[in-house]
Amino acid sequence: MAHFDFNQQGLDGLKMMSMIRQFESRMPILSEEGLIRGSTHPSVGMEAVATGVSLALGPQDSIASNHRGHAHCLARGADPARTMAEILGRRDGYGGGKGGSMHIGVSELGILGTNGIVGAGIGLATGAALAAQIQGTDAVSVVYFGDGASNQGVMSEAFNLAAIWQLPVVFVCENNHYAQSAPIEKMIAQPDLKQRGLAYGVPSVDVDGMSLGETYTAAAEGVERARQGRGPSFIIADTYRYLGHMAGDTEIYRKKDEVEQWKAKDPIARLAAELLDAGVLTMPDWEEIQIEAVRIVQEAEEFARNSAFPDPAEATQDVYKKEVPA
Amino acid sequence: MNTKTLTTWRALNSALTDILRDTPEAFIMGEDITSWGTGGGIHGVTRKLAKEFGAERVRDTPISEEVLISAAVGAAMRGSRPILEIMYSDFSFLGFDGIINQAAKSRYMFGGQFDCPLVIRTNGGSGVGKAGQHSQSLETLFAHIPGLEVAVPGTPADAYGLLRTAVKSDNPTIFLEHKNTYYDKGELDFRPVPFGQARIAREGTDVTVVATQQLLTRSLVAAERLQAEHGVSAEVIDPRTLYPFDMETVLTSVRKTRHLVVAHEAVRDYGWGAEVASTVVEQAWAELDAPPVRLGGARTPIPYSEPLENAVIPGVDQVFDALREVRKAGKL
Repeated sequence: MAHFDFNQQGLDGLKMMSMIRQFESRMPILSEEGLIRGSTHPSVGMEAVATGVSLALGPQDSIASNHRGHAHCLARGADPARTMAEILGRRDGYGGGKGGSMHIGVSELGILGTNGIVGAGIGLATGAALAAQIQGTDAVSVVYFGDGASNQGVMSEAFNLAAIWQLPVVFVCENNHYAQSAPIEKMIAQPDLKQRGLAYGVPSVDVDGMSLGETYTAAAEGVERARQGRGPSFIIADTYRYLGHMAGDTEIYRKKDEVEQWKAKDPIARLAAELLDAGVLTMPDWEEIQIEAVRIVQEAEEFARNSAFPDPAEATQDVYKKEVPA
Repeated sequence: MNTKTLTTWRALNSALTDILRDTPEAFIMGEDITSWGTGGGIHGVTRKLAKEFGAERVRDTPISEEVLISAAVGAAMRGSRPILEIMYSDFSFLGFDGIINQAAKSRYMFGGQFDCPLVIRTNGGSGVGKAGQHSQSLETLFAHIPGLEVAVPGTPADAYGLLRTAVKSDNPTIFLEHKNTYYDKGELDFRPVPFGQARIAREGTDVTVVATQQLLTRSLVAAERLQAEHGVSAEVIDPRTLYPFDMETVLTSVRKTRHLVVAHEAVRDYGWGAEVASTVVEQAWAELDAPPVRLGGARTPIPYSEPLENAVIPGVDQVFDALREVRKAGKL
């Protein structure tokens, strides 16, 4: 049983979650200002999942993400400034402005990209796990996807493939209860999602996705199982997004009461209260963490705003590798 | 030089054997690739590979094209060189997200951080009565997508040589074999064939024909007949890869012969032949004696019954007629 080091991991997690909260809270504002083109999907409220899972990963591991993926990248160690620059389409972004919010990849961190296709990361992570198995490393891959993506056929195919080959992959479903505007109750005939994993022989578990400790523990067990060559696992994290599906969402599909009820379970406030109660955290420390989070994001934003736009000549570069193989 | 006469399927088998021997990052997966028929997939291409290289590197998979293709992309992005066999190219549609939205964009969207050295080996084409969902010629469709390389080997030597290059390439490659050429025989020198270098399959002086795979074979027959019956000398060019495409060899030939015919199995409308004809017109208009002619599949699915199937794909007669007509139309 994986142990959550409340003192250390709790504090680290609190800092990361606070920074992600600040980062994601800026998205609608930057979008309103016209700095973000197309669409961007903030994950305010869901910070515990990305953070808890990331705490369980090592440097050799990889993640595949989705359209709501900034938190996954940041928690994995992506630089907030370069992430912000990518979201703003600037030269210093991880993709040099070619990807934007939905296509942030970081090779050296094993981030195989946020992804504009719902469910696509499931196949990519399965492949990363396959590569690790064939290469004989003990690297593990994780994929984050939503309740909506669990209806994509690729999930069932990936579960089966990962189970028959015992691939080192952890499937993490962030069940935030809405597929864009469609409530899970109307879109999933079997609301107990872990049944879908169990049906393919994939050990599956429900966790409270508003709890950093619970998410971490489940992820650490899945990662450990994978590292030992005992195959895939499936984690369903119950969570919620406080903001709309994307910046500009009218949110006519849900009631304000419901949002308020979820906010009462806020993962950051809850962890901070637990740490304060336990005496691990003092009130001034907690204030300092929040100020630091604001500072990091302000600096990231300043960096991104000051980063130049890419040269139009770069638009046709990087389609193919230029070097011709010998 | 070490040469041998082999069928296409044996040439491919030989290439895969050599690749697995000298490329530790390479592995093969696909449906029924170790225990069907001769013990190597529906055309024998992977025969005996599992025996030599083991089940880790030569993998039988479930029938799950969508995850196989996207997993191959993920594996390629993490340092492996997957060679995925899709039994018929028609089945690749089940995994088009992996090919087009993921593989083709995995370098570009992340600013050049990732290589995607993935090879999808599959077969297309008509001629054996497999009907609408097992006979399509999708080469134009793949060649249209930025980020993909498309190889269309027309001889055993090219099947061997282009596959060696495809696996070395850091770009995703669609390696499109032709199901009606697996038993064609040819001489091999076991050398890699670079992408983007066309082969002059027959030298000639009066008319150029650009053709791939089954239409390459038919064009060569038509060219011999044209020579014998009309004394007209046709130059036959096999581009070998549709992307990258060696337009220079085509232009040089057309500047000499002043006449162009393009012949392919892909549906003629919006097909790659239009791209070649259009480029030649743009770049060598003054050197043409007649408008280029395109031959291609009819705008229908491929029918089952033999006379129907023969009616929708250009045969030797159609190529022969086109070559003769374009010469007659000479002097604009």
